[in-house]
Amino acid sequence: MSDLPATKVGAGRKAPGRVGEYLRALGAVVWKDLAAELRSRELLTSMLVFALLVILIFNFALELDARARATVTSGVLWVTFAFAGTLGLNRSMAVEKDRGCLDGLLLAPVDRSAIYFGKTLGNLIFMFIVEIIVLPVYSILYNTNLFKPGLIVVIILGSIGFVVVGTLLSTMAVQTRTRDVLLPILLFPVIIPVMIAAVKASSGFLQGIEMADITPWLNLLLVYDIIFTAVAFMVFDYVVEE
Amino acid sequence: MESDVKPKLLTVLDIITVLLLVIATAMVFFYAPMEAVMGQVQRVFYFHVAAGWVGMLGFLVAAIVGVVYLRTANRKWDIVGVSAVEIGMVFALINIITGAIWARPIWNTWWTWDPRLTTATIMELIYAAYLLLRQGIEDPDRRARFGAVYAIIGFLSVPLTFFSARLFRTIHPVVIGTNQPGATGAFDMTPLMLQTFLFSLLAFSIIFVDLLWHRIRLGRLADRVEQLKLKTAE
Repeated sequence: MSDLPATKVGAGRKAPGRVGEYLRALGAVVWKDLAAELRSRELLTSMLVFALLVILIFNFALELDARARATVTSGVLWVTFAFAGTLGLNRSMAVEKDRGCLDGLLLAPVDRSAIYFGKTLGNLIFMFIVEIIVLPVYSILYNTNLFKPGLIVVIILGSIGFVVVGTLLSTMAVQTRTRDVLLPILLFPVIIPVMIAAVKASSGFLQGIEMADITPWLNLLLVYDIIFTAVAFMVFDYVVEE
Repeated sequence: MESDVKPKLLTVLDIITVLLLVIATAMVFFYAPMEAVMGQVQRVFYFHVAAGWVGMLGFLVAAIVGVVYLRTANRKWDIVGVSAVEIGMVFALINIITGAIWARPIWNTWWTWDPRLTTATIMELIYAAYLLLRQGIEDPDRRARFGAVYAIIGFLSVPLTFFSARLFRTIHPVVIGTNQPGATGAFDMTPLMLQTFLFSLLAFSIIFVDLLWHRIRLGRLADRVEQLKLKTAE
């Protein structure tokens, strides 16, 4: 009777211990990425400069005058995010592969999915940083306010979908002969639902369309995020197996 | 080790396949009645849908054997997967091309960004990426694993792509013409048409099985050649 609560406490301590350990491993991977980036700054700088260049090109390619802007802003934003994101994903995985860090990571006695989610979270943070900088720059350049709560939600959901699949596919891409070239080819056809939904939902919020018309797009983003997080979680082991 | 001799059953299947295809073609042209509104061009419908069905079937098979491969790590499933994708791609392309031939007189355009057409194109691109991915990997085990993973992910994204493309159209009004799927070019099938249609589906399904068998045999033989090459190199 007396040792019943003891076992309970023991079991109770063990369960969060495992979760805690998992989160610690995950956090360590994220922290490693952030610390490396803080020192080298090569990933974020290139992503940012590239993002701004894409906007610059769009400016001339589409003649972003006031009337054109109203309809294409969300498209321009998402193409920019997707391109800059692809650049970041490639770099983030290539660094691991080139210096043999990936093997080191895999040797760590932690669940492989912790590594996957760590890398995903790291990539997501980089993507958010780029987006946080691109949004005000675009707002200033084109004199439109992009800071709408709805748009932020769309950007968060869309970026999650992009990065969840992107991290998995970039892990595959860096292990092939064609490497960087392959990632966009693998990634873009698969994330088309994210792109369509994100662009439509963003332009819905920017143009002040009724919420009832935007909700299906948000649901689609949510469904995509959930499905592909689950799938990536299940298959990541096979992607890094030696 | 299996023998290199072509199995008898496969030869029989070859003959049946050719016969079925000939009969199906004859049925399309002589048995099925001419559609009243669209005329002769509607006859493309039978092979158009059948090819699309085989394309989808190929991609479905690839996704399923992808799961099986990841669970069993048996190379034979990888060969089935790549075979199914290759055949699926060819038939999906036939589907798109025959669709364009049908669309030109009926919709007055070769191409429209209708959800089905969009999805079909993106599907081709997904599996083109699948083949490119495999091409870039030398280690056969890794190639098989990555192929399986991508076949699963690709196939899962297809319904979402279709759904988003359809949502895109329903919310966004169609500006030029009435390009609603099924609206223009829709027709009711008479019993004779239905029979022809079902027979075409059957014929194409058998073609799929036959081609898949051939392609799997080819894959296995190629595997053996590779192994023998390695042996002689040693």
